[in-house]
Amino acid sequence: MSVDAATVRKIANLARIAVSDAEADALVPELNTILGFVEQLGEVDTSGVAPLSAVIPNHLRMREDVVTDGGIRDAVLANAPQAEHGFFAVPKVIE
Amino acid sequence: MTTETASSYRIQGATGEWEVVIGLEVHAQITSNAKLFSGASTAFGAEPNTQVSLVDAAMPGMLPVLNKECIRQAVRTGLALGAEINRVSRFDRKNYFYADLPQGYQISQLYHPLVGEGSIPIEPDAKDGPGEAKLVGVERIHVEQDAGKLMHDQHPTRSYVDLNRSGVALMEIVSRPDMRSPAEAGAYLRKLRSILRYVGSCDGNMEQGSMRADVNVSVRRPGEPFGTRTETKNVNSVRFVMAAIEQEANRQVDVLEAGGRVVQETRLYDPDRGEGRSMRSKEDAHDYRYFPDPDLLPLELSEAFIAECEASLPELPDDKRARYEGPLGLPAYNAAVITADVETARWFEALLDATGKPETMAKAASNWLISDLFGALNRLGKGIGESPVSPAQGAELLNLVADGTLSGTLAKQVFEIMLETGDDPSKIVEERGLKQTSDTGAIEAIIAQVMEANADKVAEYRGGKDKLFGFFVGQTMKAMGGKANPAVVNELLKKALG
Repeated sequence: MSVDAATVRKIANLARIAVSDAEADALVPELNTILGFVEQLGEVDTSGVAPLSAVIPNHLRMREDVVTDGGIRDAVLANAPQAEHGFFAVPKVIE
Repeated sequence: MTTETASSYRIQGATGEWEVVIGLEVHAQITSNAKLFSGASTAFGAEPNTQVSLVDAAMPGMLPVLNKECIRQAVRTGLALGAEINRVSRFDRKNYFYADLPQGYQISQLYHPLVGEGSIPIEPDAKDGPGEAKLVGVERIHVEQDAGKLMHDQHPTRSYVDLNRSGVALMEIVSRPDMRSPAEAGAYLRKLRSILRYVGSCDGNMEQGSMRADVNVSVRRPGEPFGTRTETKNVNSVRFVMAAIEQEANRQVDVLEAGGRVVQETRLYDPDRGEGRSMRSKEDAHDYRYFPDPDLLPLELSEAFIAECEASLPELPDDKRARYEGPLGLPAYNAAVITADVETARWFEALLDATGKPETMAKAASNWLISDLFGALNRLGKGIGESPVSPAQGAELLNLVADGTLSGTLAKQVFEIMLETGDDPSKIVEERGLKQTSDTGAIEAIIAQVMEANADKVAEYRGGKDKLFGFFVGQTMKAMGGKANPAVVNELLKKALG
């Protein structure tokens, strides 16, 4: 698997990271090198091996259905660049 | 133009007939106190951002912890649809950017959903146009987070974001493309809503957004392979879903017949204008780069957990309807109307229990509920949950009719007074003297008066004008203020008139 400059620009756009054309060109070989490293894992035959979800034996823990949180609007909004009337205020996004 | 044939819905294009293929993805909010992965409340209508934990706001370092009740409700829903429950399922991240999604991804289940194949039997309503009674396949149900809410009309250059809904648990119930008409889609949604409300896993309130549908529509020549589909997002009523299908299917036929091709795209339906439009901003949206959420281990369910879910299921609408029609002996129409919604069915059962004679009273009780009570509630603009008359009061009224204390006419009068005053029927009967009388002496006295005042008519009757019998019944009942037992009046009149 490898990427070209167009794919890099597309991924950057999807991740909302501004990447100039020059940066994209530079990223192509870097990303391909990383993909090459990961590709080596493909040499191991894993057919019939269940995917590993955790390296220590562990199970998903669940919570009871009880309200234990919320009511902290000031904390939630504290780092917002802009907040008004208890809402986050963001540049207008309308369909 | 649409042809209305008995069972199949076809769009008549300039070049021939087209068949419509419909699949629905229904997002149903799971009834729970707390959110899917946080301890914040799910209550509707709170002040903005007051039901938001740092997990829901996606602050760095916060970790999701799964709410067991949400899983339990989704499993119960799956069991109610006769679906497979996957003993192991997983959560995946669906990545996209939008202002209502602070994490930048939605935690959902793409590769290993909680619930697999099931089905829903539907019976389209003939009023909605052509459609067939059939079994609609359910492909899967997965559990995921809801997004926040955006408001665009509060500020000239800003959108406001409220994260109260962010992280609330949803079930996405995905149907097979098994529906072929708006009526079938409407029947599917109504039936699904009914089942969810019986199970108690979703309140089914479409106005408040507890149930929303994404509508997949394509058209084809009958018998040909599926055409390219479009997806109309977030339609929030049964009526709008049916209208959106009709509109979108006709649009696709126009495109195809003009020599164009249907583009696979996401659309929005505007119910005010009755038309749909493309959501161009979502062009990239299908590149979600799903991957397993590394914050969450696989969800493994024990057999005991699933058995508990199964044991907790109530009698479901189709079973209840069959029991009402069969053992209880209700007319098919009554059984269908009463079992369609769980709240009505519960009210009916409370009513029957309160009569103390469920077997003998069932039919009369069902008739009274559908005609008298529903009529009154319609007039008052109330739902059955807000009925001014309780099931116990209704039962008392039915018993007063059954034991002959009240005639049908008197019962209607008493019922009107119950609606106004909220009083028990026995109290109303007592205080207002509305009791039906079978006192033969009193009735005979009135009959004698009526015959004396109408001697000419008595002669005509005796001369063979049988139709006048009704006149005498009416006069006698009128003179007795409607309180005479009609059977006794009939009997005594026959005797007196000879």
